[in-house]
Order: sequence, then structure tokens, then C-alpha cells
Amino acid sequence: MLAVFLQNPNFIHILYIVAFGLFIYGLSGLTGPRTAVRGNRIAAVGMAIAVIATLLLRSEGNWALIVIGIAIGTAVGVPAARRVHMTAMPQMVALFNGVGGGAVFLIAWAEFRNTHGYTAQATYITVFSLFAAIVGSVSFWGSNIAFGKLQELLPGRPITLGRAQQPVNGLIAAAAVACAVAIAAGSHQELLFVLMLLAAAVLGNLMVLPIGGADMPVVISLLNAFTGLSAAATGVALNNSALIVAGMIVGASGSILTNLMATAMNRSIPAIIAGGFGGGGVVEGASGAGEFAGTVRSTSAADVAVQLAYARQVVIVPGYGMAVAQAQHTVRELAKALEARGVQISYAIHPVAGRMPGHMNVLLAEADVPYEQLREMDDINPEFPRTDVALVIGANDVTNPAAKTNPASPIYGMPILDVESARSVVVIKRSMNPGFAGIDNELYFRPNTAMLFGDAKTAVAEIIAELANI
Amino acid sequence: MFVTNLTILVLAGFVGFAVISKVPNTLHTPLMSGTNAIHGIVLLGGLLVIGFAGNSVFNKVILVVAITFGTINIVGGFLVTDRMLEMFKRKPAPPPPPKDGDG
Repeated sequence: MLAVFLQNPNFIHILYIVAFGLFIYGLSGLTGPRTAVRGNRIAAVGMAIAVIATLLLRSEGNWALIVIGIAIGTAVGVPAARRVHMTAMPQMVALFNGVGGGAVFLIAWAEFRNTHGYTAQATYITVFSLFAAIVGSVSFWGSNIAFGKLQELLPGRPITLGRAQQPVNGLIAAAAVACAVAIAAGSHQELLFVLMLLAAAVLGNLMVLPIGGADMPVVISLLNAFTGLSAAATGVALNNSALIVAGMIVGASGSILTNLMATAMNRSIPAIIAGGFGGGGVVEGASGAGEFAGTVRSTSAADVAVQLAYARQVVIVPGYGMAVAQAQHTVRELAKALEARGVQISYAIHPVAGRMPGHMNVLLAEADVPYEQLREMDDINPEFPRTDVALVIGANDVTNPAAKTNPASPIYGMPILDVESARSVVVIKRSMNPGFAGIDNELYFRPNTAMLFGDAKTAVAEIIAELANI
Repeated sequence: MFVTNLTILVLAGFVGFAVISKVPNTLHTPLMSGTNAIHGIVLLGGLLVIGFAGNSVFNKVILVVAITFGTINIVGGFLVTDRMLEMFKRKPAPPPPPKDGDG
């Protein structure tokens, strides 16, 4: 009796409604710092309910295979999530997103085979399943490339086909769609399906390879939305409301997030997808920015310590270099030492500092930096003229004045932190190599800028040591 | 059936827009990670379709891989988001930073 009740489709449906109610409630919690932890856990509970409901619903066999799949997935996913460094978070998200897309296209493929090429399926089911297959495959391969770039397995700079990029992408997309149309029109050839997956795979690669590192967060967010949409399409094809709702919510929220990030960088999403940094402008932009008048002044840890110790107001501008060097705790120590001397400290957080929006906040929160000291760009920019020392730690492109002054620069128009208007600027940097966007930073050539070369963590530790001697 | 599903699809889209529209920059990364975990729900698709895999070994293999992928997406996604958010939680986070600054 109980089994009959538990497998009643209406009961399953009610469980699904509970599940996506929890998703929505959980997600709305994720939008505020107080409720975020709870929100995430509520969403996780919703997911557990959805999975259990689905296990109750299914009457067919292959239980052993399900256990194997879930066991392997857990064995891989849990340690990966536990061990990843906070600095490697963006590529981890890319990877988790990629496997989601992979699951989508594999499910569509299995569906194609189970139904012998969508025989006797309604047209809309075929269409949605094909859509899921293409988008899932693009997302899978695109995410893997994004992972490779962020993990520095692949070069971060754009890899493009130059002017041929757009026509080639267009042709390949057309090829994938042509295969899909042929299948929807009644062909049962598996070869066509495989060709379609392959074309989508090539497209995923070609879409992300030309994208410069600075645009990567936007791309991951976009691919996140893609995977959500493809999951929703899978839901329509399988007539499963939980999949439709959850997938679509991710598709919609992912699109908004993508748009927010692109706005923060003053980039349009089509321009980013069009490839390269600023489309064809990569080469010209880079060479145009290459010759600045002026020289670079290098300084020592002792000098910086003196400057900081006698400053009234210091603004720390963290960037990816701080993340890579795992310097957030050392930076916090420096800030504490300065505060003990009465120096006022704040942190200027550019929306896209690091490799993802909020990346710096996560790292600094890890190092116990008080929430009130983290200041957003629009809030802190008016303060720079009153700032004695702006201490730039491993940030580059987000401080480049060329974004305001040089229309030829690929980052022209991107809102930046007005670091150069501080009385004095100290930049801690490993070398004069250009940043992730691959362009020089004229900030370094300004007369009020001094460079302290070295690894962020070591350099900051040296400053702390010198500070103790003053 | 199609029309019902389409209705759900469109309404869910609006819900997605409405829920997310106001998020402080600080929470963008955890939010991306959290929504990322939620699309791991494709796991359900794998669980359902594997019931009809028939005798084809190939079908079974790709579906087990799909279930594995879906599980990684869900488990990894939620855990990693939780880890990120725990870092914000440690201090009693005050509401938006006061603007009184340095007077």
C-alpha cells in the first residue's frame, strides 16, 4: 500500500513542487550576506528531495548502475570541493558547470538511442532534446576550455583564427543546426546525431579559445546559463517539471548575472562572444599601448614601510596576484599592524578584480577582514584624492588609466579604480609583464607610482618586518 | 502537455529574473556557484532515462557517465558554495557598509 502511495504520480509531483519551492526560497536567500549560507543549504535540501522523488518514481531496473554512478560522482565531487583553494574557485565552478553540460548531452544521446532516433516521439520532444544536446555539448567543451585557461593548462591570451573566426563559427553552428533539422525532419541516422554533437563540441572550443582571460568570468557565467537552459530543455523533452523549473531558473538568473558582470566591465556580451579582447582590436590595442613616455621607479620594502607608517589613510587594492600568492592573510596582518599605528585602512574592490566578481571579497573574508572595510568601486573612487598611499597588490587591468584616457586601448571604457589620483601609489607586482588582458599599464609609468617587485606574499611580509623596526 | 510545460518554462524564467535581480557584488561568485549546483538537477534526467536503456551496453555506459557527471555537479557545487559562504558568516555581518567613512 505504502509503495503504491509513494509511487503515485501526484505524490511525486507534490514532492517536486516542494523541491523547487525550496530552490526559489534558497536562491533568494543567496542574494543577501546574512541568509546566504542557509539559502544554499535550503536549495541543497530541495535537490535531495527532487532526487529521492525521482528514485521513487522510476519503476524500471538498472538500480545497480545508478548506485555506481552516484557513488563515483560523490567520490570525485566531495574531495574536489573540499580541497580546492579559494584562489582556484573560478576554474572549479567552470569544471562543475562543464560536467553538468556533459550530463545533458549524454542524456539526450541516450534518449535518441532508446527511441531509435526519436521514432514515434512528438516533434516538440525531438526539438527540445536536440536543443539540449547542442547547447549541452557547447557548454561542456566551452567550460573545459575555460577551466584549461584559468588553470593555466592553456595560454590565457586569446587564441583566434583572426578574421576567419566569425565565418568559421557560423559555418559550424549551421552544420550542427542542419544535422538537428535533418533528424527532426525524420532521419533516424545516429551518424547525424554524432556529427551534430561533434560540431557543437568544435563550436564550444572555438567560442571560448579566442576569449581573453579578463572576460573569462563573464564566459563562465554565460555557460552556466547555457547549461541551465539545456537542463530546462531536457525537462521539456522528458516531461519533468522539476527539471524545467530548476533549469530555467538557472538559465534566467545566469543571464542576469552575466549581464551584471559585462556591465561592470563596460563590455557587451556580443562583443565578448565575438572573440578576442575587443574583437579584432587585440593586436592594435596592445602595440598602441606599448610605448609610454616616462620611466618606472622601483622601490624597497623599507621605503614602503616608512611611507605606510606615516600615512593617514591607506587604500589597499587587491587583485589576482594577491590571490595567486595566497597573500590575503599576510595582507590582513599588515593592515592590523598599520591600524595599530592609527592608519585608516580600507580595501578597494573592483567588481571584476580577480577572475570572478566577488572573488576578492571571498578571499578577504577568509582572512577575517571586517566587512565594513571592503569598499566597492563607486564608493571608494571619490576617496582616492584624499588617500596618502594606494597599495596595489597584484591588481593590474582594473587600475589602468588607459581605460579612461586612451580610446585605442582594448579596455577603453571599462570603469576602473582611480588609483592614480592618490598622493602616492605603490604597486606590488612580480614583474613588468602585462596583466591578464595582455596590455601594458601606464599607471606604472606615472611619477607618483613606485614599483615593489616580488611575490605578493613575500613582499608584504617584508614590509611588515620593516614596519616593526620603525 | 507541451503547452503546460511551456507555461511552466516561461513562468520559471520570470521567477529566475525576479529572484536574482538585486544581488550585492560580494555575493556574485557564491551565487554563480550556487545556481551552478542547481542545474546539476539534470541528474534526474539520467535517473529516468537509464530505466529505458534496454540491453545496449553503450547506452548504459553513457548514462552511468551522465549520472556521475550530474552527481559531481550537485555535490561539488553545493559543497563549494557552502565553503565560500562560511567565510562570510564567521563575523556577524552588518547590513550594507555604513557610508559615514572617514568624516
